[in-house]
Amino acid sequence: MMQHFPVLQVIVPLMAAPACLLLRQRTLVWMFSLLVSIVVFAISVSLLSQVLDQNVIIYSIGGWAAPWGIEYRVDVVNAFVLLIVSSISMLVLIYARKSIEKEIDGDQIFLFYSALLLCLAGLLGITITGDAFNLFVFLEISSLSSYALISMGKDRRALTASYQYLIMGTIGATFILIGIGLLYMITGTLNMSDLAARIPELSGLRTTRVALAFLTVGISLKLALFPLHLWLPNAYAYSPSVVSIFLAATATKVAIYVLLRFMFTIFGIEFSFSAMPLDEVMMVLAVIGILTASTVAISQNNVKRMLAYSSVAQVGYIILGISMVSLTGLTGSILHMFNHALMKGALFMSLGCVVYRLGVVNLAQMSGLGRRMPLTMAAFVVGGLSLIGVPLTVGFISKWYLLLAALEKGWWWIVVVLLVGSLLAVVYVWRVVEVAYFRQGDEETEVNEAPMSLLIPTWALVIANIYFGIDASLTVDVAQRAAATLLGVQP
Amino acid sequence: MDFDSFVRPGLFNYWVVITLMMTAFYVVIARGNLIKKIIGLNIFQTSVFLLYISMGKVTGGTAPILADSIETYSNPLPHVLILTAIVVGVATTALGLALVVRIKEAYGTIEEDEIHQQDQED
Repeated sequence: MMQHFPVLQVIVPLMAAPACLLLRQRTLVWMFSLLVSIVVFAISVSLLSQVLDQNVIIYSIGGWAAPWGIEYRVDVVNAFVLLIVSSISMLVLIYARKSIEKEIDGDQIFLFYSALLLCLAGLLGITITGDAFNLFVFLEISSLSSYALISMGKDRRALTASYQYLIMGTIGATFILIGIGLLYMITGTLNMSDLAARIPELSGLRTTRVALAFLTVGISLKLALFPLHLWLPNAYAYSPSVVSIFLAATATKVAIYVLLRFMFTIFGIEFSFSAMPLDEVMMVLAVIGILTASTVAISQNNVKRMLAYSSVAQVGYIILGISMVSLTGLTGSILHMFNHALMKGALFMSLGCVVYRLGVVNLAQMSGLGRRMPLTMAAFVVGGLSLIGVPLTVGFISKWYLLLAALEKGWWWIVVVLLVGSLLAVVYVWRVVEVAYFRQGDEETEVNEAPMSLLIPTWALVIANIYFGIDASLTVDVAQRAAATLLGVQP
Repeated sequence: MDFDSFVRPGLFNYWVVITLMMTAFYVVIARGNLIKKIIGLNIFQTSVFLLYISMGKVTGGTAPILADSIETYSNPLPHVLILTAIVVGVATTALGLALVVRIKEAYGTIEEDEIHQQDQED
């Protein structure tokens, strides 16, 4: 049983998705999906603990050995990403029941859970697979289901947001397909470790360079790196709350993982950063992304849209750490993948509570909300502090590592960028706090606190934000080992 | 790179691929009609199918069938891969068109600029 965990990680949600269509009854479907996500979470915990002992697990699907069959390869890096995705999906599903009943028509609810499980299966598949073409297939599974999920938003702009994401996402995925095709053309293999072994001797070829270029652009579209982020703000702002939480916390992280895998494992550091100037390009884009997206976030009146722009900025931080190509920088980036999932999860969940009571999240309607929904807004404040990077929250830990990495290299201007980015975050978080706590609300409309089934997962994430901010030894250790694995050095 | 190396017969397919790809990319970006954008996207994907199919071709090779008289045959793997990609393309098109239908119901138009205008008025 244990040796089949890598494939079960993907198969369980993949088979559960069509099963939802047969169950139909909404409570039943919800309980079933929750059960599936708990199983998936348990598997990912077990995989991570196995990998921490024995470094790598290789699983050949159907018993076909690697060059012929597809192999799943789990190491510390993707085991950690699997854990991020599965833990968030479990919390999201606890949260989903009430939130979805309010935001989606009753006869579509079972379809919603089905699409959510498909998206989960896709994301887990991308993360675990050791085959480049298989990665593309899972990428499309997760993308297609997320287009459908986004389009379920109540606002009609959800439809145009979903359409826009479909167009840009498909272009991105097709770019990835071209890149994989070019790699196959010169190496004759699709297996990632075979590719990694054959690429060094082919690094002089123009085809190799073009392949890396196509892959980088395609993946950057998926992870919403500035200036390829245009699909993201509307997609997060107008989709149902549960979808915003799920996508914001997991989808971009998985895309970043894919970028790491291609740049570090497949193409290798030598080729990606010496033969090709990827580090300089990414650093410039990351810095511009952090500064512009944070600035644009300040001027948003829709709070979900504000957080979406903030996500673009946070992706910038992660890419910034990667572009420093050092152990500390990568550790910071991998930590921030986990930490950003925690903070954005908590923030979007608290906004979901607001949507549950108010129906909208415009700043104008949120005045005085701090008194009427104290637990919800307190969760928002802690999430916001974490986003800014205040000590004792997770945001501080990952920014600290990014700062250390910049200081190691002696790049003072990066330190300045990190500080300015944090100050801009103070400004946009403060706008919400000011409206919610210091403005007189409309006392006639009575608004109560959100129900417990929404508050419990929200506060679970808030407490995780504080817990991993105080005792970061576990996450830092895993992130450091993951970074060392990618760089091919001892931690 | 002289002119001859550009027009080598083996490269003809790749020129077709690039031409189709760029034409389609232009359609996706420049057209305001949502259906035309999806058509552009389709051509864009098709150009990549051609790329894969071309790379599997072995000069003088036939279809990969197990028979006594056949010695050289084309590489079937890229062709199989692209069957998967075609399925993905069909799914994307179906989903895109379904979205366009719902956009038409919600906005009464499928022209991008008119939709944008209506969003601004809200």
